[in-house]
Amino acid sequence: MIEIRSVFKDFGDREVLKGISSTFPAGQTNLIIGQSGSGKTVLMKCIVGLLDPSRGQILYDGRDFVTMNKKERALLRREMGMIFQSAALFDSMSVLENVMFPLDMFSSMTLRERTHRAQQCLDRVNLIDAQDKYPDELSGGMQKRVAIARAIALNPRYLFCDEPNSGLDPKTSLVIDALIHDITVEFNMTTIINTHDMNSVMGIGDSIIFIKEGRQEWTGDKTQVATSDNQALTDFIFASDLLKKARQAFV
Amino acid sequence: MKALFSPLATFGRYLQLMAKVFSRPERFRMYWKQYIKEMGKLGIDSIGIVLMISFFIGAVICIQMKMNIQSPWMPRFSTGYTTREILLLEFSSSIMCLILAGKVGSNIASEIGTMRVTQQIDALEIMGVNSASFLILPKILGLVTMIPILVTFSMVAGFGGAYAICLSGILTTEDLTYGLQHSFNAWFVWMGYIKSFFFAYIIASVSAFYGYTVDGGSVEVGKASTDSVVHCSMLILFADIFLTQILS
Repeated sequence: MIEIRSVFKDFGDREVLKGISSTFPAGQTNLIIGQSGSGKTVLMKCIVGLLDPSRGQILYDGRDFVTMNKKERALLRREMGMIFQSAALFDSMSVLENVMFPLDMFSSMTLRERTHRAQQCLDRVNLIDAQDKYPDELSGGMQKRVAIARAIALNPRYLFCDEPNSGLDPKTSLVIDALIHDITVEFNMTTIINTHDMNSVMGIGDSIIFIKEGRQEWTGDKTQVATSDNQALTDFIFASDLLKKARQAFV
Repeated sequence: MKALFSPLATFGRYLQLMAKVFSRPERFRMYWKQYIKEMGKLGIDSIGIVLMISFFIGAVICIQMKMNIQSPWMPRFSTGYTTREILLLEFSSSIMCLILAGKVGSNIASEIGTMRVTQQIDALEIMGVNSASFLILPKILGLVTMIPILVTFSMVAGFGGAYAICLSGILTTEDLTYGLQHSFNAWFVWMGYIKSFFFAYIIASVSAFYGYTVDGGSVEVGKASTDSVVHCSMLILFADIFLTQILS
């Protein structure tokens, strides 16, 4: 479980996060949603330690990440996996080498064991046949799946996904969503997904926080989104006329 | 005031990065693998350009010396002698490193810069890898290891170019050989090697700094690549003055 308490972040005079508090339980997909520029990427970066919050606490199963020293942070980071918006695969390495990288770096396994583990992860995302290919030979969806395989190679307790469906077609997005959700449940991970994809919200939003202008505007789950009377959330989720009509019909 | 403090701030950030680079590696095996890879990419892959440029410059220096220095009042070996001194003292170390600043420096800056903008460096950090050390240290060590080999190739190719000129008949191989051997001081060769170690460090570390600190997109990567070449060249020229003074 990850808990954030009154997290603030400013860049000089500009305050981007204004006291966000939330709890992200293990074994379910926790979504952070909000418009572009609302602060959700900054919040994600603060949670994973790419940025330091100006104030507040970030607790990983009770361990405060903000006050940890360099060594403790490095150890905790080995329990994290992250899927970036751009997949962020290493161009100079093959698919198998990409997935093996965290194992090569941090595990004490033999080469045979590392290769076996990486192949297991690739098999889990149905990409075992692409193990010798390089990232530039893969489609966007396949790259995301490799990123998922790499993220789960070390059996992380915490999984972070920054807009995992960005740039993907709706069908592939559903595949990625289902994969992330299944892995979360299977390994009882604490998963936080940063998204503005409505299919993800309605499909895998076990827990959702909606951020507007750096403030936590609404909290709930996928069953409550459609019926919420929060005007800002409704305006954001049902932005198009088609979705507005769909909501009216649903309500 | 800003113009005064900006270079100081940049130098401070460079020192901070170097402190991160020269920290204890997480896993020696992975660093060793990277080191071998970088020696190939930065050193072996540069041999071709070093040989080609050195051969032609050696030939041109020989022609220029023959045409402009040689006279009935000068000994016949002076062409070979001056060609050797220029190649050993300046061309094969300093000028060759200026050329490498263009080839290797821009390569390092753009590679690391692209990794920064495509979040590959963030991915390393999230995994708990010291990205600065993992990416930059093998490059610095790889280039510093390979530079004596490149300098040696440059010297040999330069002399090869000078000998090739003998085929045109403007100079005899005996005169050239005598000139190349005349009053030979082995320290000049060592001086070239010592200078090149410093230049290799400048090329790898400064280019890596510009690549690592890229903020933005492809335009910024291009700018970092250009900046790295310009600053590496300037620093090599400055360092050349001091090193020549100290070592001569």
